[in-house]
Amino acid sequence: MTGDAVISLFDLSLAALLVLALAAFCRPISERTATGLITSMARMALQLTLLGLVLKAVFDQVHLAWVALISLVMLLAAGREVVLRQRYRGAALADWRIGLSAMVCGSFLLTLLALLVMVQHDPWYHPRYAIPFLGMMLGNTMTGIALTVSRILEGAHQQSLRIEQRLALGEPWQEAVKGIRVDGIRQGLLPVINMMAASGLVSLPGMMTGQLLAGADPVVAVSYQILIILLIAAGAGIGSLIAAHLTCAQLFDSRERLRLDRYRDTESSGRR
Amino acid sequence: MFRIESLQHPVVRASNLAIDHGQRVALSGSSGTGKSVFLQCLADLMPCESRLSLDDALHTSMSAHEWRRRVMYMPAEPAWWSKRVADHFPEQLRQPFSRLGLQEDLLEKDPLKLSSGQRQRLALLRALAREPAVLLLDEPTANLDEDNALRVEALLEDWSKAGGILLFTSHDPRQRKRLAQRLWRIIDGEIQEQEW
Repeated sequence: MTGDAVISLFDLSLAALLVLALAAFCRPISERTATGLITSMARMALQLTLLGLVLKAVFDQVHLAWVALISLVMLLAAGREVVLRQRYRGAALADWRIGLSAMVCGSFLLTLLALLVMVQHDPWYHPRYAIPFLGMMLGNTMTGIALTVSRILEGAHQQSLRIEQRLALGEPWQEAVKGIRVDGIRQGLLPVINMMAASGLVSLPGMMTGQLLAGADPVVAVSYQILIILLIAAGAGIGSLIAAHLTCAQLFDSRERLRLDRYRDTESSGRR
Repeated sequence: MFRIESLQHPVVRASNLAIDHGQRVALSGSSGTGKSVFLQCLADLMPCESRLSLDDALHTSMSAHEWRRRVMYMPAEPAWWSKRVADHFPEQLRQPFSRLGLQEDLLEKDPLKLSSGQRQRLALLRALAREPAVLLLDEPTANLDEDNALRVEALLEDWSKAGGILLFTSHDPRQRKRLAQRLWRIIDGEIQEQEW
């Protein structure tokens, strides 16, 4: 990596000032948005700095256990994000189980595939590859899963009468919830589809931008980017499908009754 | 024989009740006493402690949707999930549309653009098309004028004479008298057989 354009602390503060100014403008309109901007900016800066330090340490000490530990922390953080983004919450354990199992299948397995078969660095778990790959996979499957789950839960609440009508006519729950499930999967895949269509024309994907700024060869950067996008699409798709299945199953009890009474609405309860 | 050996719900209770094939029973009780809850419990749509059987097969011996296909509940305001009436019917089954004063071309219409009376009659046909053994009807003629209510009653009577088991609620005492042979009443949350 050539370091001819090092970012100074001054440059970073200048950029941060822009966000602070934005928050100041937003404050009279919505205090919540302004506070949200500032706290999330602080979190982002802190988390990324920590990550930078951790990665530096791990790069010096390449060991599978460290990589596994970091992956686990990232997975749990992503699972928490999926649960927090839901308006309707069921039993905490079940919500976590859905988010985590969908994410493990969608991102962990595909990251392993990428590292073992496609990148083939020695050792395969070298954090320089493993962590960024996993991070990008997790980030995107997380979004897909969160969208799928929330679309299904909101759809089930809005259309409970229709679902119950279909149940009353003797349809199995899978049939009664079909339309909502399709909606949920479509919703979860929309960002990926949009991203694939727009990348290169409208947007330069983040990973490639980073590589280019760091001085990498554009063609190498592009080939990595294509690999990543394909994996992300597959991962988000797998994650959404699994999350849709588990979420739909969770709506019903063992006698195929729609049990929305087991969910609480975080927006009407006044909390959060 | 549709048998309610026992049924326990916070709102309604019942025990040792039965309806034979070909019988029509009216369920009465002032509003809010749990008539709909009771019907939904019978269709296993609502959690409750119960022991129900149809022709000696316990409801727990089959999956819930198989039970509901035989013991079918129809709410007072049936819901529609597709923009085309025909999508709500099983394929290839002739329905007695004209007997209820309905045109067959309604099948291609959007159910939400029809009148509530048309929808209610279509909902009954939609249920009958699935060939249930027991029909649990919640105010089946609530949105109908007298002519159409009589048509629905005639159809239900013929259906039960062919072996169907009917349990229905109605706010109209004359209709209960016309259509039902027996009467069940909810008294203090308990379903009881009444003399006419």
